[in-house]
Amino acid sequence: MNRVVVTGMGAVSPYGPGLAALREGLASGRSAVRVMAPGELKTLPGLAGRLAAPLAVEPDARRIPRQQRRSMGRLAQLAWFAAAEALEQAGLEPGSEALREAGVAFGSTLGSTSSTAQAFESYAQGRLFEESPAALFFRIMSHSAAANLAQAFGIAGPCQGASAACASGALALGLGFQALRSGSLERMLCGGAEEFHPLVAASFDLIQASSHRYNDRPDQSPRPFDADRDGTVAGEGAGAFVLETESAALGRKAPILAEIEGFASNTDGAALSHSGAESLLECLRGALDSARALPDSIGYVNAHATGTVVGDEAEAQALRRLFGTQGPLISGLKGQLGHTLGASGALETVATIDMMRGEYVEPTRNLDRPDPACEGLRLARGGRIEHRFERCLKNSFAFGGINNVLVLKRYRA
Amino acid sequence: MTPEETLQRVRQILEEEFELEPERLAPEAGLYEELGLDSLDSVDLVVALEKAFGFKVVRAHDEERIRAIRTVQDVCDFAAEKREAAGPAA
Repeated sequence: MNRVVVTGMGAVSPYGPGLAALREGLASGRSAVRVMAPGELKTLPGLAGRLAAPLAVEPDARRIPRQQRRSMGRLAQLAWFAAAEALEQAGLEPGSEALREAGVAFGSTLGSTSSTAQAFESYAQGRLFEESPAALFFRIMSHSAAANLAQAFGIAGPCQGASAACASGALALGLGFQALRSGSLERMLCGGAEEFHPLVAASFDLIQASSHRYNDRPDQSPRPFDADRDGTVAGEGAGAFVLETESAALGRKAPILAEIEGFASNTDGAALSHSGAESLLECLRGALDSARALPDSIGYVNAHATGTVVGDEAEAQALRRLFGTQGPLISGLKGQLGHTLGASGALETVATIDMMRGEYVEPTRNLDRPDPACEGLRLARGGRIEHRFERCLKNSFAFGGINNVLVLKRYRA
Repeated sequence: MTPEETLQRVRQILEEEFELEPERLAPEAGLYEELGLDSLDSVDLVVALEKAFGFKVVRAHDEERIRAIRTVQDVCDFAAEKREAAGPAA
């Protein structure tokens, strides 16, 4: 079995485009969540939750060549910027032989929601499609990010749209890990992306999973593991990775940023809207088994922790059962970033690897008073904590009862 | 609409729809080889022409004619022709 390493990372976060913006935003302790103006939610005046974490700084879309850009909705454009940064760090030129042989696995919850809305607005008004842009479908299709990235960067291997709602980004990384570990490919571009749209926020609103008590205090929500949490806040962004087999990376003298050691994915059969502690625990154990690692070797867990009442409690319970009370430091980043949905598994993995390399842990923002149901864990809160760790876990869960856990490690030859 | 006005309008469409620099849009400039448009662009071009000049393309009827368009001037000729056929009320 091959070892799988990370040779490039890229980010577009609610703080703005680039890994540096993500790192600096988290370091500042600022929240990227804001109140949406009525006009920004105009199609849905009935939303209870008025908060969101859209990009504070827009990338310059004109950097994407027009004929590539025309088939990209917002989500594929965000994916492009994250992927371009990852490929540059990995030293891989678009159109090169090394990329031609690579695969791509990139996820999102849906295709571009704003493009879907555009198509159906014209359809609903007069059953008209013929005036739509010719490339509109390519923005809507569910593998829009993956297919557009393959075209844009000259990737000719297998192309997978990893669609698993909020766990899409982590699933894409898992698919990449499995393909490289087994040896079917030696290089992959992986990640996840999501664009904010009021309809996305509405889907959380409908099942009462969105935060609505902090509409006048946007920086106070979401509140992962906190006693006063009341739901999540939808954001947007993208996270991208170049994954390679260790031998492929060493062969071309690429910088190695971290190792992906294990991955597990399972499904909670009991509920589509959330996973129970039992299936989460099984997934955590499965990921450790896949890495042949023991729980006491884990120095940090980057939790999924969206700030919903039910979800955070189940995650805390599973972590407590796995680690006991003397386990690793645990934090989640959705208090800072909001829930970037299909991007979150990848984007938060970028942040996690960056923290592992920088030997610190960013805390869970808004965790002022831990919920008794989430206690018994070493929850990082307050300010940044200097902390050197060798191995960590990244949790990512989703509607559909889907659980994904990655095992990440500091790279050693 | 005079031929000059038609040319001006067509150039404006090419500039806005396809982000082309105005100085490249000489009447004899080739849409595909020279300006880099492709088949998906030609679909969007026809929709833009329909809106700008007030005519409707009938795919089965106009397909051959559209395929014969190679230059900026050809676009102008096609637009003028369709506009005339649609009549002054269009």
